[in-house]
Amino acid sequence: MKRLKRDIVVIGSGPAGLCAAIEAARSGAAVLLVDENAKIGGQLFKQIHKFFGSADHRAGVRGIDIGEQLLRQAEELAVEVWLNCEACGIFDEKTVWMVRDKEHSVAVEAQRIIIATGAVENSINFPGWTLPGVMGAGAAQTMINIHRVLPGHRVLMVGSGNVGVIVSYQLLQAGATVAAIVEAAPNLGGYGVHTAKVRRAGVPFYTSHTVKEARGNGHVERAVLVKLDSQWNQVPGSEFEVEVDTICIATGLTPAVELAFGSGCRPFNSPPLGGLVPVHDRMMKSSIDSIYIAGDVSGVEEASTAMEEGRIAGLSAAHSLGTITDQMFAERLEQLQHNVDALRSGMFGQKRREAKDAIVRSYGVER
Amino acid sequence: MNRITDHPILGPLEEAEMVDIIVDGQVMQARKGEMIAAALMANGKNTFRKTVKREEPRGIYCGIGRCTDCVMTVNGIPNVRTCVTEVEEGMVIQTQIGSGEWQ
Repeated sequence: MKRLKRDIVVIGSGPAGLCAAIEAARSGAAVLLVDENAKIGGQLFKQIHKFFGSADHRAGVRGIDIGEQLLRQAEELAVEVWLNCEACGIFDEKTVWMVRDKEHSVAVEAQRIIIATGAVENSINFPGWTLPGVMGAGAAQTMINIHRVLPGHRVLMVGSGNVGVIVSYQLLQAGATVAAIVEAAPNLGGYGVHTAKVRRAGVPFYTSHTVKEARGNGHVERAVLVKLDSQWNQVPGSEFEVEVDTICIATGLTPAVELAFGSGCRPFNSPPLGGLVPVHDRMMKSSIDSIYIAGDVSGVEEASTAMEEGRIAGLSAAHSLGTITDQMFAERLEQLQHNVDALRSGMFGQKRREAKDAIVRSYGVER
Repeated sequence: MNRITDHPILGPLEEAEMVDIIVDGQVMQARKGEMIAAALMANGKNTFRKTVKREEPRGIYCGIGRCTDCVMTVNGIPNVRTCVTEVEEGMVIQTQIGSGEWQ
């Protein structure tokens, strides 16, 4: 097996990994960025909506345009990129075993590793959920915005959080009809700015409802919806059918932690951020000194927070190798942490801020 | 066809070189470089495989190579994740029954 050496290896080229690679390269480290996909950018290029937040966080700029800018920066900084490259394991806290092009095994000994493997969509199950036509909301988004293919013509969206309402709107833009959005909770989950656009388009919302069953001969043809009481129990007799050919599930994400835990990073359970995550400090260092983490794998938030966390991880990893002075590090870190704190403020951000603080506290306590 | 030819944000669909793929013995047209799953759905095919015991139909679920619900037999190799595998000219793609067989 081929053996190579690099300063920093970043695993995953989504918003977090891409920003980590850029920041580390800008700080003077030689960076190798790897991704299992054929294209760089992770889920960033599916995000054709304008981002939310303040001007500092590129609010008002579409995800795809931010992605293009980041690609140019990575190119200018000569970040080495390996695509079609699967990171299978990390050994001795520093050697990344990878398979390139499904053909060659490569071991890269890295002084620092940044894990930015993202998250996976949650599913819920109900009779008929395995029928073709039931899919993750993210899968539908990939189909319409990346591949330019409509997965169906009449869609039921399950879940009214940001993913549910944003993908619903994007399905409308792509020419589909969204027959309904169901939300098990009594209140809608997404930001008002995204929810309002779908409401204005005339899409009916059903709160305190869920999907009971998908029906169809070999493919989704109908969904049975049912009302939920205050204890989340289905109300007998409240069922009704909607005619749809596609059911999209937008019920949250779970951090993709396999690589991090397989390499020995200590876990911490954070239900508000998606479940088990590798414990980390404010510099995004895991419980292993040579391994940093960033983005959804460190707790599910948004692309904007993932980008800031990626920058912090890249900066910290590079600084730990001595490529920048302590003063440069301190100044830049303060700026980045200010940015990420701002993204975790307000009525939506406060819970995430508290959940993140709990992770950081746990890092200090048991280490 | 289920292709999104016009889009209010992304604009018109760019022209692409087309390749022929053979799906269960039938020739279908695909855009060069697109994923097999996208090509099949563009052509209206939504069932990609049938399950081992009860031969129930399955299609795509996650669309990003995680769930393996969309696997098919491609050029004689079973269990190929079609949502992350690009089409190639003359590619032979078969609806997979159960865990498939090497050919």
